[in-house]
Amino acid sequence: MDLKNVASLNFFCPELILSGTVLLIIVLDLMVRSKRNLALIALTGSAAALIATLDLYSAQPGWLFHRMMVIDNFSLFFKVFALAAVILCILMSLGSNEIKHVYQGEYYALLLTCTLGMFFMASSSNLLMAYLSLELVSLTSYVLTGFLPHNRRSSEAALKYLIYGGVASGTMIYGMSWIFGMTGSLDYSAIQVALGQAGINKTALFIAFIFIMAGFGYKIVFVPFHMWSPDVYQGAPTPFTAFLSVASNAAGLAIMIRFFFPGVSRVAAGGVWAYTSGVEWPQVLLFLSMITMTIGNLCALNQRNLKRMLAYSGIAHAGYMLMGLAVLTNEGLSAILFYVVVYLIMNVGAFLVVGMIANITGSEDIENYRGLAWRGAVVPAACLAVFLLSLTGLPPFAGFIGKFFLFAAVLERGGTFIILALVAVMNSVVSLYYYAKVIKTMFLDSPNPEDKTVAAAGDFNITLLLPLTVLTVVFGIYFSPLLRYTTQSLKFFIK
Amino acid sequence: MTFIPLAGAAIVLALPNNAKLIRWVSAAATVPPLIMSIWLVVNFDRNKAGFQFIEKYQWIPAFNISYYMGVDGLSVSMILLTALLCFLCIFASFSIEKAVKGYFALFLMLDAGMMGVFCALDFFLFFVFWEVMLLPMYFLIGIWGGPRREYAAIKFFLYTLFGSAFMLIAILALYFSTEPHTFDMTVMMAQANKFGTEVLPIWPFKQLGWGFQHAIWMALFIGFAIKIPAFPFHTWLPDAHVEAPTAISVILAGVLLKMGTYGILRINFPILPAATADLAFWCLGALGAWNIIYGALCAMAQKDLKKLVAYSSVSHMGYVMLGMASFTTQGINGAVLQMFNHGTITGMLFLLVGVIYDRAHHRDIEGFGGMAAIMPVYTGVTALAFFASMGLPGLSGFISEILVLLGTWQKYPILTIFGASGVILTAGYLLWTIQRVYLGPPNEKYLKFPEISGREMFTLVPLGVIVIIVGIYPSVVLDMLRASLDQINQIVIPHL
Repeated sequence: MDLKNVASLNFFCPELILSGTVLLIIVLDLMVRSKRNLALIALTGSAAALIATLDLYSAQPGWLFHRMMVIDNFSLFFKVFALAAVILCILMSLGSNEIKHVYQGEYYALLLTCTLGMFFMASSSNLLMAYLSLELVSLTSYVLTGFLPHNRRSSEAALKYLIYGGVASGTMIYGMSWIFGMTGSLDYSAIQVALGQAGINKTALFIAFIFIMAGFGYKIVFVPFHMWSPDVYQGAPTPFTAFLSVASNAAGLAIMIRFFFPGVSRVAAGGVWAYTSGVEWPQVLLFLSMITMTIGNLCALNQRNLKRMLAYSGIAHAGYMLMGLAVLTNEGLSAILFYVVVYLIMNVGAFLVVGMIANITGSEDIENYRGLAWRGAVVPAACLAVFLLSLTGLPPFAGFIGKFFLFAAVLERGGTFIILALVAVMNSVVSLYYYAKVIKTMFLDSPNPEDKTVAAAGDFNITLLLPLTVLTVVFGIYFSPLLRYTTQSLKFFIK
Repeated sequence: MTFIPLAGAAIVLALPNNAKLIRWVSAAATVPPLIMSIWLVVNFDRNKAGFQFIEKYQWIPAFNISYYMGVDGLSVSMILLTALLCFLCIFASFSIEKAVKGYFALFLMLDAGMMGVFCALDFFLFFVFWEVMLLPMYFLIGIWGGPRREYAAIKFFLYTLFGSAFMLIAILALYFSTEPHTFDMTVMMAQANKFGTEVLPIWPFKQLGWGFQHAIWMALFIGFAIKIPAFPFHTWLPDAHVEAPTAISVILAGVLLKMGTYGILRINFPILPAATADLAFWCLGALGAWNIIYGALCAMAQKDLKKLVAYSSVSHMGYVMLGMASFTTQGINGAVLQMFNHGTITGMLFLLVGVIYDRAHHRDIEGFGGMAAIMPVYTGVTALAFFASMGLPGLSGFISEILVLLGTWQKYPILTIFGASGVILTAGYLLWTIQRVYLGPPNEKYLKFPEISGREMFTLVPLGVIVIIVGIYPSVVLDMLRASLDQINQIVIPHL
């Protein structure tokens, strides 16, 4: 179906609910005394949007707003994902001391606006729409990163983020203009048709693709567009860092998959996506994937700040996920979708513990985790250990299954892809070292006498932490439903 | 059987912080597996070669992964060993005072993982259990170990994960080569001829003359060789053994090392027979002989009693590899018997070292002397274990070593000569140790040492009895093994 503006609104409910909630929060911020209620409103709004999104699964896939956006299982998956991430983030913010001292009304309003931008990213089917949605997410992220007043790191991070973001999106829109020049359209389906005809300059197309990849790559955080991430992760408020690390990454993957797969490629025989021959962007991705995971892991080895370490580990994980793109199969894409869900659970969990500990000790340095388990915080320490081991990819945790599917997708292609698999596997071994170092500090080292006891029992965050830990284990053992869901989510609306 | 210890771990975690209660509950959790494994040994049909007591359920239908457990003679012997050692080691751990709850919960998880590895017939399941063992082991060494425990724990962890990384790739490669794709080991065995042996046209396989099957074999072998540990990959072992608490050293030497050779027999032999036939001489035979001599020489140079036992393990596992490489009935049966015997004998040795360490708080061989006069009973038991270890006729070590050497003589006489010379070296370092620690004038400092306690005897006696019984009447174990091992052997022989 191909809907006009008014008819599209039926399928636009979740976005409308989110926008309404944002406006409501801004207005109520002026009236209510207890700012905690704002968080509850944001939570209610996201939950309502979630219900509305799930309701759309029964709808026909199709174009909305004169082919600006599409609605299909793929976009719905990333919408559900963004909402899950934002709900977790709001819950985390409720238990965080950092957020207590900022303008909460603006904070929650911006957070939901950012989510709205991710909704558009997941569903845009037009280069202009893609650019605008990406900018919406970026602009709100800049502000949220610099949201801690009187914190120099936070301001520095925001500025760095802004400059990098500006350069990357500038490069991207320049690349888009090349595409427009060559094909005469911004609409993915029209571009697709135009690329099928003879007379396209392959070199120019390749350069345009690389430019566009710069914009996407900066969202997904792959090398060489990764330099902002450690500073931003370290400087931003922890709940927002958690949100940024998973949701922004996932939205970047969504927009990239949509553009490079149903946008400019076609499914050929044998389930492999065929790209325009002569325009070797998959090779570039293959190469970038290897570089990204290696650099991420090597840089993480010597980090002293846990948030910074998780930033580099996030770069490494982006590299693993790129493998799924580089193999050009539906198995690879489905493995990516599986991986982002698993990554959401374990990464948010890890940041949650970081936030909890920082609430009490006021620091995120790994040195402050010395003997944490023996200082009254056995439960958070054990949970963090589970998340970190899951990030390493050890069974029986969910991270192993995620990596397993990615490796399986890579090895299924065989040939030179085996080298990619070998690099990835060796990277997993390297990553064990720094994850285990944190675990060692928490469990194996004895605490310094001057270290405070960390009384974590009764903390609100524990109620959030335990379900995440349980999920990490459950998805490591019984993951069939999740696998079915991600496989079904891989349905694009193509015409 | 696999999950009772796991349930035990959950119960232990839920218990109040009462050390005594936790200890006895953990001990109780290891009893059912022991009883079940004895039941398994009794009811096991010794004349049938295939897998018995099969349990199979769909787990992940989308990837054709199933929960598939079953045993043959090879696994039954290992399960018995695991159940017995775990049961005894719980009692050997009663002296642990630090974070008792965590220790026993992790110990029981380890127990579950080990049982799972020996029962699993689905490759995915096997890998999951294989990795599940790592974590408890890391913490058990790292929290309750000796002074350099952190280094030892991370070294063990990194080494093993390095090996399993290769294993994971090999598993996936095998999965995609079967038709229909499956992780079922029995199906893989049936389709063994599907794994190509044509020489791969790329470096370095072209120069080595290796095909797909050889590459997979090697990837799996690296994973298993690290566990055995075979020569270039053995350096984690002395560290881990020395730093680990006594009971964990016993488990490490008694069970974990066996997983390497078990994996080779269970997976490399029947699933990749052609590559096994091609690579066995160098990778198993020659490396095994080298392990025997190298381990024995290293053991001779040690000053630390526990390190000496650790290197003697390297040496003894060499016999297992050598025996497997022979492809003769005696050799392969001897190899598996040696696995079983080494588990019991080295278990005893580590427990004995633990006994003296609890009293003297050091393990320096030169620091003792004349212990025979101070602790006569203890010395008697130690002598039994040492003699069994050096292969004195009448004790179990002799039977398995002689079988291995008999089996290999028919195939590789030169290697056998090297292997046999290891026996002399072993006798050399063990007798020398006895002389330095137990004989001579008693050390003044240690005159007041109490004799070995009832609990310590309780952990040692069952192992000692097994050592003597198997030494006199080895058929108890060999009968169980023969049919299954012959079948494995028959798969490889046509490819020689």
